[in-house]
Amino acid sequence: MSTTLEAPGQAAISVDHLEVAFRHRDRFLIALHDVDLEVKSGEFVCIVGASGSGKSTLLNILAGLERPSAGSTNVRGRVALIFQEAALLPWLTAAGNVEIALDLRGVSRAGRKATALELLRLVHLEGFENRLPHELSGGMKQRVAIARALAQDADILLMDEPFAALDAITRDLLHEELENLWRRNQLTILFVTHNAREAVRLGDRVLVFTSRPGKVAQEVAITLPRPRSLDSPELAAIAGRITGRLKREMTVGG
Amino acid sequence: MAEIAAEAFEVRSPKSIPRGFNAPATWSRVWPKLAAISLFLLGWQAVVWSGWKPDYVLPGPMPVISQLAADLKDPDFYAGVAITMRRALIGYFIAVVVGTSMGILIARVAILRKAAGAAILGLQSMPSITWFPLAILVFQLSESAILFVVVLGAAPAIAGGLLSGVDHVQPLLVRVGRVMGANGLGLYRHIILPAALPSFVGGLKQGWAFAWRSLMAGELIVIVNHQSSLGVRLEFARQFSDAQQLLALMIVIFVIGVAIDSAFGAADAAIRRRWGLSGA
Repeated sequence: MSTTLEAPGQAAISVDHLEVAFRHRDRFLIALHDVDLEVKSGEFVCIVGASGSGKSTLLNILAGLERPSAGSTNVRGRVALIFQEAALLPWLTAAGNVEIALDLRGVSRAGRKATALELLRLVHLEGFENRLPHELSGGMKQRVAIARALAQDADILLMDEPFAALDAITRDLLHEELENLWRRNQLTILFVTHNAREAVRLGDRVLVFTSRPGKVAQEVAITLPRPRSLDSPELAAIAGRITGRLKREMTVGG
Repeated sequence: MAEIAAEAFEVRSPKSIPRGFNAPATWSRVWPKLAAISLFLLGWQAVVWSGWKPDYVLPGPMPVISQLAADLKDPDFYAGVAITMRRALIGYFIAVVVGTSMGILIARVAILRKAAGAAILGLQSMPSITWFPLAILVFQLSESAILFVVVLGAAPAIAGGLLSGVDHVQPLLVRVGRVMGANGLGLYRHIILPAALPSFVGGLKQGWAFAWRSLMAGELIVIVNHQSSLGVRLEFARQFSDAQQLLALMIVIFVIGVAIDSAFGAADAAIRRRWGLSGA
């Protein structure tokens, strides 16, 4: 908890001239080129881009799982990464999956149980504590993954297309829940998606990534009042412009 | 509202259907086995009736079964079973410890893996009986010679099961573990070893089969004084041309092997059910 008791508005994530290249056979492929971005503490930022724009690579670097080739990143706070697949440990119950994060953080056995139940209640999974992952629906698994991220005491959530595999109604519900959680727990969220509407629905700002090499092509501030509806014409109009931009980029590039 | 949402997305798991004792289902599991046993006994009897071998060489099922019944009333017989089972358990236990540590070491230490991984796992293909001459030279005709071969037979299979489990852990789970702050031994304890469990149980099962085979070979070859184990009894039955006793003992050895094998099978099924890997 202690790492970010900073004034709101200060940068939680800053990325400076980030370059990432992979060696592929005898050539280097540039995944990210000259990426600059900043996410303020308490901000909800979405990244939209086609596949291959290095969005996941960016999150992996911010989570410390991969190293950049050049440039610098700075993350102030505890980070948790949430994937498209909930990636729950199949041998543990919903509560067990949350408790293991607490355990690895050094929370005493006595405190773990109660905290896990509290976090599961927060993501509306009361009564499902003892279910195994294969006994949960896709949306419920993602809720457990979010509870697990919170159990890591994360104040920064890096989300890599977390709702892409869910049906529309579940996704809509989870948007609402995530928004509430973000406000309630004063989280900072960097949310990657390929769905422009989802980005506009959730983000304070939307960063449009283009591919080959991945870079920030455009930044759109979303000023629509919250909570937003996916079906509102204003939202659709903004999303449409972003999608148009991505399409143009792809046809020019391809 | 959220309450309702959670309810609406609840999945009906197979577990919510009562899975109690179910007479027709039990019968449907049992009858094919009974049929197979009957068919086997019938075939055996048919061979005996054909007069292919005289019945002091190849007795029919009835005399063998009555010999078996007599054995089951004989305290000496149980003493023999106890000797064999004690060796099996001690040998297997050592093999589990050795095999598991070998597996973890090879998985963890890259250089060890390059140097010795293939060779150690290749030991599996070495027929365990070929170790006996060496074992007897080193340990004489003793309990240790038998245990040595049992461990050599079983440990590589156990190490191999663990190793392939570790190799096939989903990379995503490892990443999840690292994001949660696990690394080194913590990553092993919390993520990799539990994730390798199904394959490890497979290795344990195979290790048991190798241990049991090696033990039987050992008991036939290495006869330790005053230790009338199952293998020794089998060897004596041959020497005295007591075919009924010989076949009765073979049935006992078979049944013990199958019983323990099916215990491993049940453990495997329980894990698969827990992980949601079973079809039903």
